[in-house]
Amino acid sequence: MSQNLEKIKSPLDMEPLTIEIHEVEAASRSNTARNDLILMAVFSAVVLASPWVLAPFGAAYPDLLQRFCIFGIFAIGFNIMFGLTGYLSFGHAAFLGIGSYAAVWSFKLLTMNAIPALFFGVVCAGLFSALIGYVCLRRAGIYFSILTLAFAQMSYNLAYSVLTPITNGETGLQLTLGDARMVDAAFGVERTSSLPITNLFGIKMSGYEGFYLCAIILIISFYISIRIFRSPFGMMLRGIKTNQNRMSYTGINTRPYLLAAFVVSGMYAGLAGSLMAVTDPLAGAERMQWTASGEVVLMTILGGAGTLLGPVLGAGVIKYFENIFSSFNKGILHSAFEFLPDGVADFMVTITHPFVGEGWHLTLGVLFMFIVIFLPGGLMEGAQRIGNLFTGGGKSNADSRSGQTQPAE
Amino acid sequence: MAILEVSGVNKRFGGLKALTDVNLSVKESSVHAIIGPNGAGKSTLLNCLIGKLEPDSGVVNFNGTSLLGGITPHEINQLGVCRVFQTPEVFGDMSLLENVMIPSFAKHDGNFRFNGWGSIAKRGEVSEEALSMLEEVGLADQRNVITDSLSRGDKRRLELAMCLIQHPKLLLLDEPTAGMSRADTNNTIDLLKKIGERGITKIIIEHDMHVVFSLAERISVLAQGTVIVEGEPEAIKGDPRVIEAYLGGELG
Repeated sequence: MSQNLEKIKSPLDMEPLTIEIHEVEAASRSNTARNDLILMAVFSAVVLASPWVLAPFGAAYPDLLQRFCIFGIFAIGFNIMFGLTGYLSFGHAAFLGIGSYAAVWSFKLLTMNAIPALFFGVVCAGLFSALIGYVCLRRAGIYFSILTLAFAQMSYNLAYSVLTPITNGETGLQLTLGDARMVDAAFGVERTSSLPITNLFGIKMSGYEGFYLCAIILIISFYISIRIFRSPFGMMLRGIKTNQNRMSYTGINTRPYLLAAFVVSGMYAGLAGSLMAVTDPLAGAERMQWTASGEVVLMTILGGAGTLLGPVLGAGVIKYFENIFSSFNKGILHSAFEFLPDGVADFMVTITHPFVGEGWHLTLGVLFMFIVIFLPGGLMEGAQRIGNLFTGGGKSNADSRSGQTQPAE
Repeated sequence: MAILEVSGVNKRFGGLKALTDVNLSVKESSVHAIIGPNGAGKSTLLNCLIGKLEPDSGVVNFNGTSLLGGITPHEINQLGVCRVFQTPEVFGDMSLLENVMIPSFAKHDGNFRFNGWGSIAKRGEVSEEALSMLEEVGLADQRNVITDSLSRGDKRRLELAMCLIQHPKLLLLDEPTAGMSRADTNNTIDLLKKIGERGITKIIIEHDMHVVFSLAERISVLAQGTVIVEGEPEAIKGDPRVIEAYLGGELG
């Protein structure tokens, strides 16, 4: 270190050192930009091709693909709050539910077109999260988590009972034949004898068409999240996570930064909620329940909080387990262990049976436990370690951590 | 002209009187040292200057603005007061360059700016500035290293860089050389002398008398929460009250 000082003090050395460092820095900056572009391209390609990519895993049916995308968006948004600032919200499902209700009301009152539904879903969730965030962000740490949880449970109970005229309580908000649909009526859309279907300027929003809408919105959401991660705003949020005191003594007012991050992530949740309504036009209070809030926390931590790709990965893994593992039964297990001798096969079936079907949560729990213990940075840390094995692993740990992949606390 | 005026400041923690009627006047562009035995209230006094603590009574004026009465730490920093802490307060899991860029952004963009769509890469002036600052404190080679892996002395120099990049009017240094080797201490003294040429007013809390006497133009001696002596370094050196405060009254 004293050598460094010497080097800089000497006027002869100063020039070349300065130029060299500044050049390296500029190069590394353009490297980041290039890597982001590659990441974006690969991500888009995989998402758009997922009906083929996921076919070998038995997950390539539109209903599940839509859910991958929707929960991917939800988790990306959650990660902007939790991954960047470290503030763990336990009430994001409330915004998801509000997005759904707003979207269904847009279908009922205005039009079956998806665009206004998405718009109102995002705006309502944004307003609501500004309100909740303003109150909850007066506290940090565990108190913040409890406050958000309390608000979400309050929202759930309001939706379930008190606000029945708006939410239709227990039954859930559904389309009816008698809905006004004023905009549709004004444009002379014919009333049918069956319930109308959501559409995007005439393209019906179920099946693969619905999936492609979700996929495109997921890609846009992912792009926005990259922009936020690479912006000065994102850097400030990471600063808040690392040392909030220093931020204050550095002249940063942390509260508006946190509130802005909270609203942005609430809007993401609203977007995900309204997409749920677009692909299946009903909204129920159970979407706001605390288990739904917990699920997005699991997704983000499982994938890797604070990483770009992690939350989407986590959402995919959890939804895959929920849909595929839960559908396994003894018959499928028997055929899977067919190649083993009879006694051994029976034994294997007995051992694995509790972990599939109804018991898929057990598998998820075990997986979650192992990941949190051995890979605190989530699946992304695992991927990075495997990557390091192939590239020689000699790269400095610090360098690889300084970029996008910051392991969770 | 005095840039910082502290008068009649009292601070109590329960039954403990941490500060009793403290007066301090710091001239613009000067280096003012505060010395005193452990527990004399030096750090408490600094905490009252940056909005971390609110004194029970008294007046603290910086450049004509009161630093008391609900003013927040970030507002105080935006007025031009920056502090280097006794235990380095840095952004541990970020790179050195990022550590210096954050205060630079705070300087350029104010205490809040929602620019989630802007790109750091497009703010060349900020990263250039940060890099030059790191070069100045001799940490440029480690700019991409994660801060947690630095030694304590290096962290403190990083923190100094984080303050200097903001061009503060008043720099508060809480034991800037504690835990440093003799060579590092001398480097830090040189660095502080160099930045002294920019006219930044500095308040230094220090136990190392070598540092104090090579930098300070004026010294206040704090003991048991009160300023017992204030004056030029030469006068302080020989003052019997100072020696008594350090060695303990009962011996004298």
